[in-house]
Amino acid sequence: MAKRFGDVVALDHVSLQVAQGELLTILGPSGSGKTTLLKVVAGFETPDGGTVKVGGIEITALPPARRDIGMVFQNYALFPHLSVAANVAFPLEMRNVGRSEIDTRVAQALAMVELKGYEARLPRQLSGGQQQRVALARAIVFNPRLLLLDEPFGALDRKLRETMQLEVRRLQRRLGLTTVFITHDQEEALVLSDRIAVMNKGTIQQVATTTEIYERPANDFVADFVGESNIFHGTMSAPGTVTFDGGRTLQVRSEKPAGAKVGVLMRPERFAPSGANVFTGEVVESVYLGTSFKLRLACEGGLELLVRQPARGPMPAAGARVTVGIDPESIHVF
Amino acid sequence: MKSRGFLPALPALILLFVFFLFPVVRMLGFSVEGGTFDWYAKALGEELYLRVFWNTFEIALLVTFFCLLLGYPLGFLMATTTPFWATAGFIFVLLPLWTSVLVRTYAWMVLLGRNGVFNRTLIESGIIADPIPLLHNFTGVLIGMVHVLLPYMVLPIYSAVRKVDPAIPAAAAGLGASSFAIFRRIYLPLTLNGIFAGSVLVFVLSLGFFITPALLGGGRVMMIAVLIEQQVREALNWPFAAALSAVLLVFTFAVYALAQRLTRTETAR
Repeated sequence: MAKRFGDVVALDHVSLQVAQGELLTILGPSGSGKTTLLKVVAGFETPDGGTVKVGGIEITALPPARRDIGMVFQNYALFPHLSVAANVAFPLEMRNVGRSEIDTRVAQALAMVELKGYEARLPRQLSGGQQQRVALARAIVFNPRLLLLDEPFGALDRKLRETMQLEVRRLQRRLGLTTVFITHDQEEALVLSDRIAVMNKGTIQQVATTTEIYERPANDFVADFVGESNIFHGTMSAPGTVTFDGGRTLQVRSEKPAGAKVGVLMRPERFAPSGANVFTGEVVESVYLGTSFKLRLACEGGLELLVRQPARGPMPAAGARVTVGIDPESIHVF
Repeated sequence: MKSRGFLPALPALILLFVFFLFPVVRMLGFSVEGGTFDWYAKALGEELYLRVFWNTFEIALLVTFFCLLLGYPLGFLMATTTPFWATAGFIFVLLPLWTSVLVRTYAWMVLLGRNGVFNRTLIESGIIADPIPLLHNFTGVLIGMVHVLLPYMVLPIYSAVRKVDPAIPAAAAGLGASSFAIFRRIYLPLTLNGIFAGSVLVFVLSLGFFITPALLGGGRVMMIAVLIEQQVREALNWPFAAALSAVLLVFTFAVYALAQRLTRTETAR
């Protein structure tokens, strides 16, 4: 799949498969091409090359109206002049479903998103979260072959967002809906997804399960974009040993051959008071986060480390010397 | 200090009072000169004059209808096309608006006459044998007025369509709506206020239209403003002209008030 706008390559030979009943998240910063990809799938943009298939049937040339894809837009795009019930009934009416069946299915869909009793309201009389539910009900009421969610939680406050995320997840599982979800929020991606496709600059960086993405990212971009990270580069000097430019060595688990240039990822929360690899450094910055302390350590050899420690005892102040350790199993080499 | 805002508006208010309100009241005075309502009885009682009112109403209605028919697609296109074509559309819509009505009306006379551009082209190309009467009749007045008033329909519709979030018709398409269904179920109800505003504007302006019906109608299409002018200039019957003007004024206000009321219930819903 490829798509360009003028000289800008929005999608650069992107290929992606979503399994039946799976929730796949496309995660990427703004401008990574994730929205373009979604528009191509939904039929609002025509790809310059490549095909879109749903259930083995090619739909690349079909207009949006004939694709049978449910979509929840960023700002919901509810019909402002239609009641909640009429909004949800719309896709059924377009499919010439009979009146009594429409009524039953609308009632079912609204019950599913817990909006019973709101049928007669207009969208503007609803809160953001309720509008979100209407958009969701409208997108699933016609049993689409595929559900697309375009950053649907962006406008909600944090608490509501978390509730909605879990609700969407439950609903998607219950109905077995094949779903593609788009977001720039890596936390959201981790909460919701079966698998995540990380995108950057029009290309897919990695497609993998959530744990895989977090624990074993394929490259610097993925490691940096998902979660907090300490990323260093070095050379495999011997099996199981990485040497940095400054001369410092690190014990790791890796099959990479000696002499290979590698990246090393250490998640801040994987540091313990002691371990096979020990770092001692001066605290540059310390932040209290309730459940943990976040420390920035300036270690020997110019290495700067981000470390999270359980919030127990007094927090190390700036200038204090702290020693932390990390085992080879907790270090990812790529 | 609510009245403070009143002061800067004072010059304009004085101007309106001296040059608008005062003459209107003075004119109304003419119409009841001698303490009699005879001129009103004449204006509203005689079939001849009632027919002129009816004629005016009919023309205004038709002009509004054709302006809507032509103006909606144009306003819609301007609101949804690329910036280049939108600008081009604006130039074509606004340029005539900035040109004098007189100039535009004379231009139509050149185009519509027995030996005008239309008839000559049609005859020379053998489509018709005799010229179609387009000038000094109902058709001519209609064509001219629709042209002159079209911008007043296009602009409100343009701005109404612009206010529709493009994600909304896109969502409708994604949910299975055809282009026609998107228009009927989404755009039409969402731009109803623009249609309404444009229609009221065109209708009200049509009611009092003078230059175009006078020139293109050639005295054979009587509209109320033409009749008033005739009464003043030819019959020198000021009181009757004043009575006719008062009736027109009341009728126009009535249409406007009705429109206001309808929009208010519309937005209150």
